[in-house]
Amino acid sequence: MRNISVKKIKQAVSGLCIDANTNLRKDVFSALTKAVRAERAGKARRIFEILIENARIAKKERLAICQDTGIVCVYLEIGQEARLAGGSLEKAVNDGVRLGYKKGYFRNSIADPLTRKNTGNNAPAVIHTKIVKGDKVRITVVPKGFGCENKNQIKMFMPTADLAEIKKFIIDVVKQAGPDACPPYTIGVGIGGTFEKAAELSKEALLRKVTSHKSQVTSQVAKLEKKLLKEINSLNIGPSGVGGKTTALGVNILTYPTHIAGLPVAVSIGCHAMRFATKIV
Amino acid sequence: MKKIKKIYLPLSEKDIKSLSVGDEALLSGVIYTARDQAHKRLVELIKKGKRLPIDLKNQTIYYCGPTKTRPGKIIGSCGPTTSSRMDAFTQPLLKTGLRGMIGKGNRSKEIARAIKKYNAVYFIAIGGAGAYLSKKVRKLKIAAFKDLGPEAVYKLEVKDFPVIVWNLN
Repeated sequence: MRNISVKKIKQAVSGLCIDANTNLRKDVFSALTKAVRAERAGKARRIFEILIENARIAKKERLAICQDTGIVCVYLEIGQEARLAGGSLEKAVNDGVRLGYKKGYFRNSIADPLTRKNTGNNAPAVIHTKIVKGDKVRITVVPKGFGCENKNQIKMFMPTADLAEIKKFIIDVVKQAGPDACPPYTIGVGIGGTFEKAAELSKEALLRKVTSHKSQVTSQVAKLEKKLLKEINSLNIGPSGVGGKTTALGVNILTYPTHIAGLPVAVSIGCHAMRFATKIV
Repeated sequence: MKKIKKIYLPLSEKDIKSLSVGDEALLSGVIYTARDQAHKRLVELIKKGKRLPIDLKNQTIYYCGPTKTRPGKIIGSCGPTTSSRMDAFTQPLLKTGLRGMIGKGNRSKEIARAIKKYNAVYFIAIGGAGAYLSKKVRKLKIAAFKDLGPEAVYKLEVKDFPVIVWNLN
């Protein structure tokens, strides 16, 4: 057993909130620089140039990349040999969010769903825990903007549905997002499991590198990702919806075995500022 | 390449006549931020026949809720939010004289028609470029609904704020 103070978790979450909101992921940043090269001239190119400049300003001035500093999703992968000591883990995570959002001068965007009263400190977070091997805790903080969150969809397919139907659904979700949710998008797809498992997988898929990750998936999935990316990029939505060669920076699919009677498929849309930061404690 | 137009707010009829869909423009002057809850309140006031806390005649609303301002700075990150959420509240505001709107994404068919009817314009700003756009803001003042925090109405003075014409009269 290894003791880890929850105070450490709080400090880590706070720091990760600031890092994730101000420091664009390297893989997303390089995908943007690739996208700008693909556009010869015109609006699409100018917008990509501004997005790159935006990331630079945010990093340099510790300003939020986007004013929607999101609802904070915290993923905790807790080693089964770790013992979290010194208080409530949930409270430590939420205290970390409060501290990070105060220090970072970020927007408090969390409200009661019915009264719409703002909690005033961006807590609580949506916390996902997973028990894994080892004696450490891996913390991943994902500030998820709601412009793109609002465009997510899930569908319970028949178990006899073919790949073409699934593909059409995924592409339709992107079409329906259209120019609204800050394209070019990162697309996360969860296939299988249950209703909630597919949704969770689609979110976790957004945390994969936007570029190729062939070794992590089967060749069938990798092929589907490639095909989807090609078709989505032919939709000509482009940056801000002005048209262009890049409508998605990447497509990632995660699968899980499902029941013989069904086939859940969930699609999570991430904006071009798909953010997260990770630390191992 | 088409020239990027410079426009000085408030928008005049002449300004609107000079624009075409797809034009890039740089806006300078006063804009008011308002998003979901502020829209809901404005429209409730209109329905009750009460006076609005800001005179919207010929004004431009920016669908935006900025991050907090760091000490010594003018504003935090301040990009546009999704405009379609404001569609349900837009017609009454156009009726009171609202002339311009800035946001991101498409409007409903109904609002596209209303924009024509009221001789107004809807611009898009670059979504997800809040840090960059903060450099275009010269002044910030709270104008109404302070209790809404990030959703309050702020009066912003902008200089060369980049937009694209999306819907027009």
